Amino acid sequence: MKPNIFVKDRVAVVGAGITLFRRRLLETPRELAWEAASMALESAGLTLRDIDCIVIGSAPDAFDGVHMKGEYLADGSGGVFKPTVRVYVGGGTGVFVPIAAWWHVASGHCDTVLAVAEEKMSPAHPHPQGVFAYIWDPILERPLGPNLIWIFALEMRRYMHKCGVKKETIAKVSVKNKRNALDHPAAQAAARITVEDVLKSEVLVWPVQRLDISPVSDGAAALVLARENVARRVTDSPVWVEGVGFTLDNTHWYNRELAYPRYVNYAARMAYKMAGIERPWKEIDVAEPYDPFDYKELHHIEGLMLARPCEAPKLLEEGWFDRSGELPTSPSGGLLGVGNPIAAAGLMKVAELFWQLRYEAGARQVKKPVHLGVAQAWGDLMQAGTVIVLGN
Amino acid sequence: MVGKDVKLPGTYLKGDEMYKLPGLVEHRPEAKYEFASGQAQGRFLQGLKEGKILGVKCPRCGRVYVPPRMYCEYCMAPTTEWVELSGEGEVHTAVVSYISTFRARLEKPEIIAVIRLYAPGYTGKPDEYEFPGIFHKLCNVEPDDVVSGRIIGARVRPRWRPPEERRGSVTDIECFEPVVEG
Repeated sequence: MKPNIFVKDRVAVVGAGITLFRRRLLETPRELAWEAASMALESAGLTLRDIDCIVIGSAPDAFDGVHMKGEYLADGSGGVFKPTVRVYVGGGTGVFVPIAAWWHVASGHCDTVLAVAEEKMSPAHPHPQGVFAYIWDPILERPLGPNLIWIFALEMRRYMHKCGVKKETIAKVSVKNKRNALDHPAAQAAARITVEDVLKSEVLVWPVQRLDISPVSDGAAALVLARENVARRVTDSPVWVEGVGFTLDNTHWYNRELAYPRYVNYAARMAYKMAGIERPWKEIDVAEPYDPFDYKELHHIEGLMLARPCEAPKLLEEGWFDRSGELPTSPSGGLLGVGNPIAAAGLMKVAELFWQLRYEAGARQVKKPVHLGVAQAWGDLMQAGTVIVLGN
Repeated sequence: MVGKDVKLPGTYLKGDEMYKLPGLVEHRPEAKYEFASGQAQGRFLQGLKEGKILGVKCPRCGRVYVPPRMYCEYCMAPTTEWVELSGEGEVHTAVVSYISTFRARLEKPEIIAVIRLYAPGYTGKPDEYEFPGIFHKLCNVEPDDVVSGRIIGARVRPRWRPPEERRGSVTDIECFEPVVEG
């Protein structure tokens, strides 16, 4: 892979919007999309007339229960009679949305893009967990009656074994993120909890317990991206897309070492190369690694080369990743604290970087000065990595 | 500025509030699928029926795939060479499941594992990223073996169902169980 660093047009994020993240919301999926999209437009000081193209992201159709979610969400996302696409890479979708928006602008095809991510998991009954049964291979995996949490538990157990990490340490990610989320206005699962609370919560698939996991959520988020000349006209503080990267591995997740996410690493290398970053562990100021499970944040920090393999747990213990630390991670509160409406949760992470890099995050603003941030999402059967680097 | 006190759109519905709304629609999709096994998997499943674990080898790069694919993912070459494995392998990772597919509580927990199979070309190096492997249940293993980590790296072998019960499915293997030395 040789990323083209001589892209036609420089691209900036100029606005962001978000709805509440909750277990169950009254609004329909397209109403949620409209709420987030209009807030993003308003924050950019633009109207729909100023938008050339629309990018929509949403995870499996089976959650909302509508089997053409891109088309379904189009009107709420401002997509009527505009070039509109929907992108999808499972949980990686949220970060893939601004990546796709970036290439729409960088190619010179569109001056402005409204990027919208929405997820409504609450319609699926008796539990959205059942919908995940359809991501497994129908012939080789489904006959065993798998539960989605199995695969995370298997990965977490392997990571604990290979890196010699205790559950007590991993639980600290959940404690940190839920506490960070107390300052997020969209937060669904913000709380002051202790390591003990995590270890005493219901055991689902050991080593995964109830408080190791992000909740089931409804919600939407949106960004406005623009070409440099437009961005400079509409705002004094554009946040530049410095690098993008995305990679897929195969679906045969049981044919690989589960302790290290190589697909995340490849995506990160692609994004860093484009951004001209050689030492991400020193150059990145703030990170939003994907944290649907607490161990996943550590796993992804290592995949993003913000720590050496197996080093993230030690740095976590030292407070390295706190808001006041050397390299704050998930200052938003992450999926564990803010909630996990799948595609919207990934885009929430990118929106958080936007607010952090503009010093607009209020009580969530990290202590250190920030210039470069990285957000990442992961998806499908331990196989999709999406990474974006933003700078001010 | 999206600080802590911004009022965001969205209307939360508590508990059963949703069921009191006018016009609530309930729908249960009716869909039945019947999946053809495919070229490579079909032969693999036939092998299971005969009590054998089969893999394929790429003629160009030499990678061994279990479960087999019809093509090499890296070379895009057809994988024409079939190999039979002993079925033994070592536990890569294992967990204790207390819930079913649909999140119902199980009476008796199950042990689930990823097994790295001994295949031609197996080097025993612990840091190889790719390996022929299978995902299955373990028997004769206690939850504490998983928690303590004793089971990780342990040698296991398939416990086959009796031939008359095999249907050409991954469940023709009842589970994998530890190999007792001596």
